[in-house]
Amino acid sequence: MAKRIIPCLDVTEGRVVKGVNFVNLVDAGDPVEQALKYEQAEADELVFLDITASSDKRHIMLDVVRRTAETIFIPFTVGGGITDIATIRELLNAGADKISLNTAAVRTPDLINESSDMFGSQCIVVAIDAKWTDDHWIVYTHGGRRPMELDAVEWAREVEQRGAGEILLTSMDRDGTKIGYDNALNRAISTAVKIPVIASGGAGELSHLYDAIHDGLTDAVLVASLFHYGIYTIRQAKEYLRDRGVTVRL
Amino acid sequence: MIAIIDYGMGNLRSVQKGFEKVGFDARIVTAKTDIEAAAGVVLPGVGAFSAAMKNLEEAGIVETIIDQIKAGKPFLGICLGLQMLFSYSEEGTVRTPGLDLFPGAVVRFTGDMKVPHMGWNQLLFRNRGEAADGIPDGSFFYFVHSFYVVPEDPTITMTMTNYGYDFVSSITKDNITAVQFHPEKSQRMGLKLLENFGRLAK
Repeated sequence: MAKRIIPCLDVTEGRVVKGVNFVNLVDAGDPVEQALKYEQAEADELVFLDITASSDKRHIMLDVVRRTAETIFIPFTVGGGITDIATIRELLNAGADKISLNTAAVRTPDLINESSDMFGSQCIVVAIDAKWTDDHWIVYTHGGRRPMELDAVEWAREVEQRGAGEILLTSMDRDGTKIGYDNALNRAISTAVKIPVIASGGAGELSHLYDAIHDGLTDAVLVASLFHYGIYTIRQAKEYLRDRGVTVRL
Repeated sequence: MIAIIDYGMGNLRSVQKGFEKVGFDARIVTAKTDIEAAAGVVLPGVGAFSAAMKNLEEAGIVETIIDQIKAGKPFLGICLGLQMLFSYSEEGTVRTPGLDLFPGAVVRFTGDMKVPHMGWNQLLFRNRGEAADGIPDGSFFYFVHSFYVVPEDPTITMTMTNYGYDFVSSITKDNITAVQFHPEKSQRMGLKLLENFGRLAK
């Protein structure tokens, strides 16, 4: 099995707000165009994080998903503000391969069971935002703004048992720092569950990707800003990993 | 025209778009007459084996599919479209009969590996049909499945893939190519396979 490199695009009202400044883009704000560039750059999967504030503009994301599914030929996940089965069904029918749940999974854990029973574990990802507090990691919701009285390792075990197929694990301590992933967190969660864990938050160097896989024991790495300014390409990252004995798709 | 059979088991747009991308006319069809009129037939499908068989039966196209295959029309099975060619599946509490074009079973992964087997894994070629043209040994394809086929006739195996142990990840015999992985999600190598099939179906 190949370890995966997964670029993440933040999208609001159908426009990319945090993505990559590729050259030769006709419209740098178009998520579909960015997705295509990433596919051509050998990304293994993609994540769209919909940060649209108002839910009455949700249909815009559906259109993005539909157009993306018709344009790229790698799997992609959609997350952000998804709270019910009807929305999950709509997004999957529009062509998303996986759905990522975060706040709604904490608020209504049965949503994990219901959605994985209905659509299969393989398409239900649970995103966990974790922050070191006192002597353990606790779960945050609402885009990392609200602390919960919930231990991240215990929550990871629970979401697996409820039917999640994958965990997207973001370290809030490291997010945006570029000093590397929180591999103590990654290891704690990866060894607590059997489902794949995607590391997120803190990548600033290619060595950080290797560390998340080798030390953090994760199956995939989510990257946002690492490829932002074209300093590294995904191919360079994959060659770097391959040269260190990691199986990657090249 | 390539007919992609829609029997309510998953989104088929990616498969259709994949064929279009490599220059072939592919249509998502449900009617018997459309399947019969096509130059090639694609049977995709994700989900539960028993639900898939039930849907095919309710759509009244089981005989049509078998007839088209036996008549020698190029056929591509994807995921459940591979599994259903075999005698039966062990998915669920009772054995569910398949189309039984090949003797053999569909069984669940055993051992310590994570199930479903999900992600990019390699094809190790045992036989090369024309559908494999230009796809190097060891190429990565995208998999999402918990069950795999165990053919009684080992000579139909096109590729093996290792997931804890080697399993049959695709088969080929005469006009039939059937794969466990998803060419429509396997980027350029996947498109290559669709292109090869499209050429066979011309």
